[in-house]
Amino acid sequence: MYNFEVETPGSVADAVAALGREDAQALGGGQTLIPTLKQRLASPSVLVCLSGIAEMKGVCRTDDGQITIGGGTTHAAVAKATAESFPGLSGLASHIGDPAVRNRGTIGGSLANNDPSACYPAAALGAGATIVTNAREIAADDFFQGMFTTDLEEGEIITEVRFPVPEVSNYQKFVQPASRFALVGVFVAKFGDGVRVAVTGASNDGVFRWTDAEAALSANFSAEALGGLSISDDDMISDLHGTAAYRAHLVGVMTKRAVTSAA
Amino acid sequence: MPKDGGIGASSKRREDVRFLTGAGNYTDDINIRGQAHVFFLRSDVAHGTLNAVNTAAAEAMPGVVKVFTGADFEAVGGMPCGWQVTDKHGEPMQEPRHPILAHGKVRHVGEPIAAVVADTLEQARDAAEAIEVDITELPAVIDMKAAVASDDVKVHDDLTSNLCYDWGFVEENKAATDEAFEKAAHVTTLELVNNRLVANPMEPRVAVGDYARGTQDHTLYTTSQNPHVIRLLMGAFVLGIPEHKLRVVAPDVGGGFGTKIFHYQEEAFVTFAAKACNRPVKWTSSRSEAFMSDAHGRDHVTKIELALDAEHNFTAVRTETFANMGAYLSTFAPSIPTWLHGTLMAGNYKTPLIYVNVKAVFTNTVPVDAYRGAGRPEATFQLERVIDKAARELGVDPVDLRRQNFITEFPYATPVAVEYDTGDYHATMDKVLALSDRDGFAARRKESEAKGKLRGFGINCFIEACGIAPSNLVGQLGARAGLYESATVRVNATGGLVVMTGSHSHGQGHETSFAQVVADMIGIDENMIEIVHGDTANTPMGMGTYGSRSIAVGGSAMVRATEKIIAKAKKIASHLLEASESDIELKDGAFSVAGTDKSVAWGDVTLAAYVPHNYPLEDIEPGLEETAFYDPSNFTYPAGAYTCEVEVDPATGEVSIERFASADDFGNVINPMIVEGQVHGGIAQGIGQALLENCTYDENGQLLSASYMDYAMPRADNLPEMTHYVVDHSCQTPCTHNPLGVKGCGEAGAIGSPPTVINAIIDALQSGGHKVDHLDMPATPARVWAAMQG
Ligand SMILES: Cc1cc2nc3c(=O)[nH]c(=O)nc-3n(C[C@H](O)[C@H](O)[C@H](O)COP(=O)(O)OP(=O)(O)OC[C@H]3O[C@@H](n4cnc5c(N)ncnc54)[C@H](O)[C@@H]3O)c2cc1C
Repeated sequence: MYNFEVETPGSVADAVAALGREDAQALGGGQTLIPTLKQRLASPSVLVCLSGIAEMKGVCRTDDGQITIGGGTTHAAVAKATAESFPGLSGLASHIGDPAVRNRGTIGGSLANNDPSACYPAAALGAGATIVTNAREIAADDFFQGMFTTDLEEGEIITEVRFPVPEVSNYQKFVQPASRFALVGVFVAKFGDGVRVAVTGASNDGVFRWTDAEAALSANFSAEALGGLSISDDDMISDLHGTAAYRAHLVGVMTKRAVTSAA
Repeated sequence: MPKDGGIGASSKRREDVRFLTGAGNYTDDINIRGQAHVFFLRSDVAHGTLNAVNTAAAEAMPGVVKVFTGADFEAVGGMPCGWQVTDKHGEPMQEPRHPILAHGKVRHVGEPIAAVVADTLEQARDAAEAIEVDITELPAVIDMKAAVASDDVKVHDDLTSNLCYDWGFVEENKAATDEAFEKAAHVTTLELVNNRLVANPMEPRVAVGDYARGTQDHTLYTTSQNPHVIRLLMGAFVLGIPEHKLRVVAPDVGGGFGTKIFHYQEEAFVTFAAKACNRPVKWTSSRSEAFMSDAHGRDHVTKIELALDAEHNFTAVRTETFANMGAYLSTFAPSIPTWLHGTLMAGNYKTPLIYVNVKAVFTNTVPVDAYRGAGRPEATFQLERVIDKAARELGVDPVDLRRQNFITEFPYATPVAVEYDTGDYHATMDKVLALSDRDGFAARRKESEAKGKLRGFGINCFIEACGIAPSNLVGQLGARAGLYESATVRVNATGGLVVMTGSHSHGQGHETSFAQVVADMIGIDENMIEIVHGDTANTPMGMGTYGSRSIAVGGSAMVRATEKIIAKAKKIASHLLEASESDIELKDGAFSVAGTDKSVAWGDVTLAAYVPHNYPLEDIEPGLEETAFYDPSNFTYPAGAYTCEVEVDPATGEVSIERFASADDFGNVINPMIVEGQVHGGIAQGIGQALLENCTYDENGQLLSASYMDYAMPRADNLPEMTHYVVDHSCQTPCTHNPLGVKGCGEAGAIGSPPTVINAIIDALQSGGHKVDHLDMPATPARVWAAMQG
């Protein structure tokens, strides 16, 4: 690690102010950022620690029925709080990493990082969530802009994430054998007015919606409806753990399984 | 036979108390007053000419003590290789110089180029970033066949080619073997890759060098499986320090698996630098460094052919293997694909003619050396896979084909130069078939099919040569070391014992099982015995722990020393009891006169030895301390049969191991619980090799699997439920040539399990109508799925 200073603001406003300092960077659970620092791949001069900001933590149901999750809420807290109200999301959160990761890592950090193999982006895009920052509200459809790239401005903090609650949903993750991130992960959410399908792990462009599957499932929410569908492997990732063709194939398999398991 | 103590008891591992309560003393726990830290600047290119290393800016950085480059080591010996292989023409292998810090050229990613010693590690890292390295990158050679086919890219310019040696074994058998293939009724051929692995012990390597200016004594604390070997190699061949001025300590070591046998540059560096800087110097490997600096394992590319007659008797085996050495020869690298691999190609079978060809090749990769099993897993995998393939081609039961060809008479001299002393391969086969409930497999397959899964049953046998051994034999084979073991048994006045063994424990539980043996021999409580190991200052010269040799060789030395103790103690007892020595019996910790009720306790005899008031001083010396060196007359030959049942998900190619059973013959067993733990762990590593682990380079020599993000280790959920993960060692044909009748159990699991898993996957795929007759390891979901697509 290179040397840095640490700021521990108690409010979003103070955190925003601290992030105005030169080369400042937000620190969520540190499950991505700390290893990056240890390998000397990043050199912020100030780390602004978000974990002491009470207003960024917790899960509640708003009057319009949405589930609102503070940007600093850990995966473990989300898994517990949404077990009844949003089992698709709870299941996803409870299979991120291991207990140590789940007790530190946060939803805000995961979405801001937008790792192409991360799980949460699939839920946010698949459920059509709204990402709320200190400055504005961003629809998930506009938020993710390719691997490790989001619509966030420098110093902008994800303060909460609002999820419309689907009738049924499910996330299926086929793990990359070493990292156990998603080799392919598919989040399926069925709403009164249609179905959304978001795929993570597979594409060079990061998380994306599989619109053909959405159309088929909106007409008939069953695994059979996906029978004839396949997805092109053109922009899929090819690496040590799987070819583009394999990933494209898994997208189909995982989508079917998510539909069958949706609850 | 559960016992309360002694041989055969499942005594709890006494060392675990300190390991599990944070009270262990690992090398990284050692911090010496005034110590500085070293950071190695490592090459990020696989092959290049090292034009210049400019350290001026780094030297001026805060906290920097000294910056070293290859030039600082010109007067020092290179890293030695401990085994010289002679090729099929009778010529010695090509042996390149292996510098401590790169000089002239870099030859693999991770090779140390410079070393910064500073007050803190972070200061050393900061300064390393200020070193200017001028490298002209050269094309790298990674593929072994390409490395041999052309000299366009040579790893070592001063060698004639990239071929280290071309070994034929047994050369005299070659013509007859070829002829047998011409006459064969059936020939099965298999080409395969034995995947490159990274050992990944939980504790990365650490080395701390210390130098006492007053006495000119050097001390090296290091994560080693064999401190005396390091002392000899580093002292005599690298740094020129006489052994009496060099102490090597390997304290608690958190797993080795072979990779901590070898003498590494970092050890020589910290020892050298401690004197040069007049400060203790410490290096702790990061996990990332471990991936590119610990010797890797396996990495063979093999073609094996099996010839059978019309009755399905094996008539000949012929193999051609390319074995990766990496960029330099690690300490025992040349011996692994030759003497630890070629000699095992008979397996459990009476094949009369065998010819093994091995081409060892230099590539721009990390050096490759022994990893749990070392050569024997490679031999077992190819043989047991080709037999399985032959059974399918011939339409016969793979169990029957094996049984028909089993060696049944012992001793048995194989055509590949070793003599098996004992064994009963039908017994272990019978046992494993019973344990695995093979009869119930058809029903279980139906259940799997009902869930949309393919189920397969895999079986194979294995044999290994352990207790690596007779010094005069290994000397003829090219070893530049002896392979005996030593023990000093010191009895204290009040009756407690300290056993100082040349073996080393880095997870095997010696402190418990060795104590059980001595307790059994004397008939005292095992808690009266302390096992000391790992420090050259207080243990006799020993060769350390690898090749499942600790109990077979180190245990035997301890038995011999204890026998000397007992013989002397009997003399003392006979004096105290005023009886003839020949009438003295030792039982349950007391000496008695046969046929009488006269006896004297162990503690009275030991006290007399040190307070010799009433003592036969004219006949024997006071004191009770004996040393023995034991050099076995042969290897030991543990063997067994393993089965595995897998479920394959045809939609994704994912394999899950539903059941695993092993029936091992380890000869006599000292501590069943420890033995079972060793086998469970070995199988877990074998399953890791079969399903998950793969060390991969791209064509430029960049290490793609350089962290746990990409190198998949086996985890608990990759293994079957414990109820279906059965390890058995009840088939016992004791070794005939060591005093305990033991064979060694440390590597069996890793040797026997990989082919079992692959045989089971092939069986599953074939049951689904897929014409797949081989899969290279690791059988990842992606590979299995691709194979199913045809
Ligand atoms: C062993 C291991 C296994 C893992 N497995 C998985 C897995 O299976 N699936 C998965 O999805 N992830 C996995 N992760 C990643 C984990 O979920 C991380 O927690 C997550 O990616 C980052 O969250 P964090 O809170 O730790 O963020 P940090 O590491 O603190 O920060 C990550 C980035 O986000 C920024 N940031 C943090 N919080 C905010 C915020 N509120 N607003 C704006 N920017 C912010 C930081 O500045 C930084 O750039 C794993 C991690 C580890 C170490």
